[in-house]
Amino acid sequence: MLVAGRFLLIVALVVALYGVGASLYGARRGNRGLVDSGRRAVYAMAVSLVAAFALLEAAFLRSDFSSELVATHSSTTTPTFYRVTAIWSSQAGSLLLWAMLLSVWSSLVLFLSRKRLREIAPYATAVLCGFAVFFLGLLVFLASPFEGLNPVPAEGTGLNPLLRHPSMMIHPPMLYSGYTLFAIPFAFAVGALITKRLNADWIRSTRPFTLAAWGFLGVGVMLGARWSYTELGWGGYWAWDPVENASLMPWLTGTAFLHSVMIQEKRGMLKIWNVSLVLATGILAILGTFLVRSGILQSIHAFGASTLGTPFLVLIGVLIAGSAALVIWRADDLRSESRLDSVFSRESVFLLNNLVLVAMCTVIFWFTFWPLISEALGDERSVGPPTFNSWIGPLAILLVLLTGLGPALAWRRATAANLRRSLTIPVVAGAITAVALVATGIGDAKAGLLFVFAAFSVAVIVQEYVRGVTARRAMAHEAVPVAMVSLVRRNRRRYGGYLVHLGIIVLFVGIAASSAFQQATDVQLRTGQSTRIGDYAVTYAKATSRVVAASNGRLERIDLGAVLQLRKDGRLVDTIATKRSYFPSADPSLGPVSSFFEGEATSEVGLRAGGLRDVWTVVSPSLEELRPLITKGDAVFAGPGAKISAQQREEFLAATLKGLTDSYTRDPPAATFRLIVSPLVTWIWLGAIVVLVGGLIAIWPGPRSSQRMVSAGYAARLARELGRA
Amino acid sequence: MSVIVVLAVLAIVVWLVIAPLRHGHDERAELRAASEREELEARKEAKYREIRDAELDYRTGKLSEADWRALDRSLRAEAILLLRRIDDAGVS
Repeated sequence: MLVAGRFLLIVALVVALYGVGASLYGARRGNRGLVDSGRRAVYAMAVSLVAAFALLEAAFLRSDFSSELVATHSSTTTPTFYRVTAIWSSQAGSLLLWAMLLSVWSSLVLFLSRKRLREIAPYATAVLCGFAVFFLGLLVFLASPFEGLNPVPAEGTGLNPLLRHPSMMIHPPMLYSGYTLFAIPFAFAVGALITKRLNADWIRSTRPFTLAAWGFLGVGVMLGARWSYTELGWGGYWAWDPVENASLMPWLTGTAFLHSVMIQEKRGMLKIWNVSLVLATGILAILGTFLVRSGILQSIHAFGASTLGTPFLVLIGVLIAGSAALVIWRADDLRSESRLDSVFSRESVFLLNNLVLVAMCTVIFWFTFWPLISEALGDERSVGPPTFNSWIGPLAILLVLLTGLGPALAWRRATAANLRRSLTIPVVAGAITAVALVATGIGDAKAGLLFVFAAFSVAVIVQEYVRGVTARRAMAHEAVPVAMVSLVRRNRRRYGGYLVHLGIIVLFVGIAASSAFQQATDVQLRTGQSTRIGDYAVTYAKATSRVVAASNGRLERIDLGAVLQLRKDGRLVDTIATKRSYFPSADPSLGPVSSFFEGEATSEVGLRAGGLRDVWTVVSPSLEELRPLITKGDAVFAGPGAKISAQQREEFLAATLKGLTDSYTRDPPAATFRLIVSPLVTWIWLGAIVVLVGGLIAIWPGPRSSQRMVSAGYAARLARELGRA
Repeated sequence: MSVIVVLAVLAIVVWLVIAPLRHGHDERAELRAASEREELEARKEAKYREIRDAELDYRTGKLSEADWRALDRSLRAEAILLLRRIDDAGVS
């Protein structure tokens, strides 16, 4: 398997190199055969990499510890579900995933566009193959996923327990799909710059893939936030960790591009800005992978750290220099074809929205790299969440306002009368919200301002739907639901986009509320004792414990937990359970019992999620009172342990641990609880779902206009084609 | 099993890469014409979208009737010009 895997990677590398050469030479010579061969080299690369990936997955599934990667990232006690995902918990495995996704997505795009963009596509193919050469070079020469182990160990180290979470099954492939899909508009932008085909066609053809990249990356970011909230045990969903930031930055510039590119399509404006945005987004996507893989910055994603920093830095340097050179080279061809008609237009708001999004990205970039910058200046300092929040907060508030303002204005220009008609109801909605917030004595001015702008923007969007449906009904005499469907179907981009805006507003309201009005406490309790947080009285009702064995009978972990009762106004409203899981250390110097308490430990969050507030808790049992029992257990094994078989030893250990956990349940020591009550956290997840649905509507292809040649009656033909689409 | 996978992949790779090489010929002029046509098609699509957006802006109260009619007239004139150029370029 290892030899076959290595061979397939070499085949993929050779094919990728061939793809670069054949595409470039074919494009220069106008040789269709070579260009097609270069394109099909991408398909061939995808076949090789999917096969290599499948071989590695098979090794994980059958716990083949002759593979170093399997032995160091899985074990026989790792559940099957997580063995499948363990592949991308490793550096080499995740690089293979990156290369495979790049080849698969590139194949799909090049196949779908094989009869279009035929001047640009060969250069785009060469760029995509160039990316593949870089990643395959790393896989073949620096970080092979097909290294062997000799002698073959009887058991693997196991998957990092923090990664045993359902969202980890999807989070990395989603992020990497986003990153690799953003490489596609990057590659086509390079092709458009080289061939001087800088108008609307490459944008139109790559737009679905830009939207898909934006969607995948967004889903990946949100799954990461959800994992952080429900698995990491610190109570938040976003910590401004460098790796989190790395995924957010290309998403922000990608969002800016999706807006400003509409102005280029309609008016032939902002060509330099758009091409720069798409190139920057592609580079930021590579930077994201670099931050995960280099270990250059301290991160909660330390399990991903490695020493591939230098090759990535070289690649990023080449990409920045190459992109800048191309844009400067083609500056004359990138001049705008027209100018803004009015400041009061949708174009102006889109421009402002672009500036805010890029400012957000710049702030995040600056503070993320501040530890490195300050170190270079001789005084290393890191920047914490309060600094990020103090800059991003005001920009987010402005963004929420623009999210509503854009849809309220017409393209080209809006008159005073139109503005009055479009903005009266939303301004009233914002004003009513402001009065209500002041009346209820809201304590946080920034959150309050965001809620006011959110009310304004939601009113704009609702008004847009209502007016659109009303207009549709007046024209087609349809019932309201039919008119709504027709309206969205005929204007997917506009009304899908409005839904995305609605989701973003809901998400931002959730973030603002849960950040500004969160209540948190750390408290030590014994069973029967209570504490208060917010409107709730929380009682430590009972301790729980369990020794968990894997499907093959081997001991996997010990769970020590607690059941809490939540009371509001004296009434029992819920019972929530939380636990701390202890996984054995592989350190042979530790006793078999104490090894469980010296290895990795994870928290299982107790959560009561609601529409208005979440109650969140984790437990940290005091192990001090268990120490005598742990020491006693180790001592038992130090004696006759050497004379019994491995199976007897496992059974004996299971019995000892069972005794320990029963003792914990019977006479539980004090436990420390972190309790958090956060309002509107659920809105964050709901908002993300609405964004996803809106994105899907916007990306769904609409009916194409007829391309048949008609020799007469252009006005009639125009009317017919407009009516059909 | 691994050997079968490798041989099968190798066969597919060779077939994929070699097959198109039989059809190699210079098509630069043809490509340029195709690109022109695609560009015009893209601009036509964008113009149609602009006409539809303007109408929707009018019907949802963001444009006055006079502004819309003037805008619609000029956009349709531009669209017709594009249709003429597409026909002249010979869309297949």
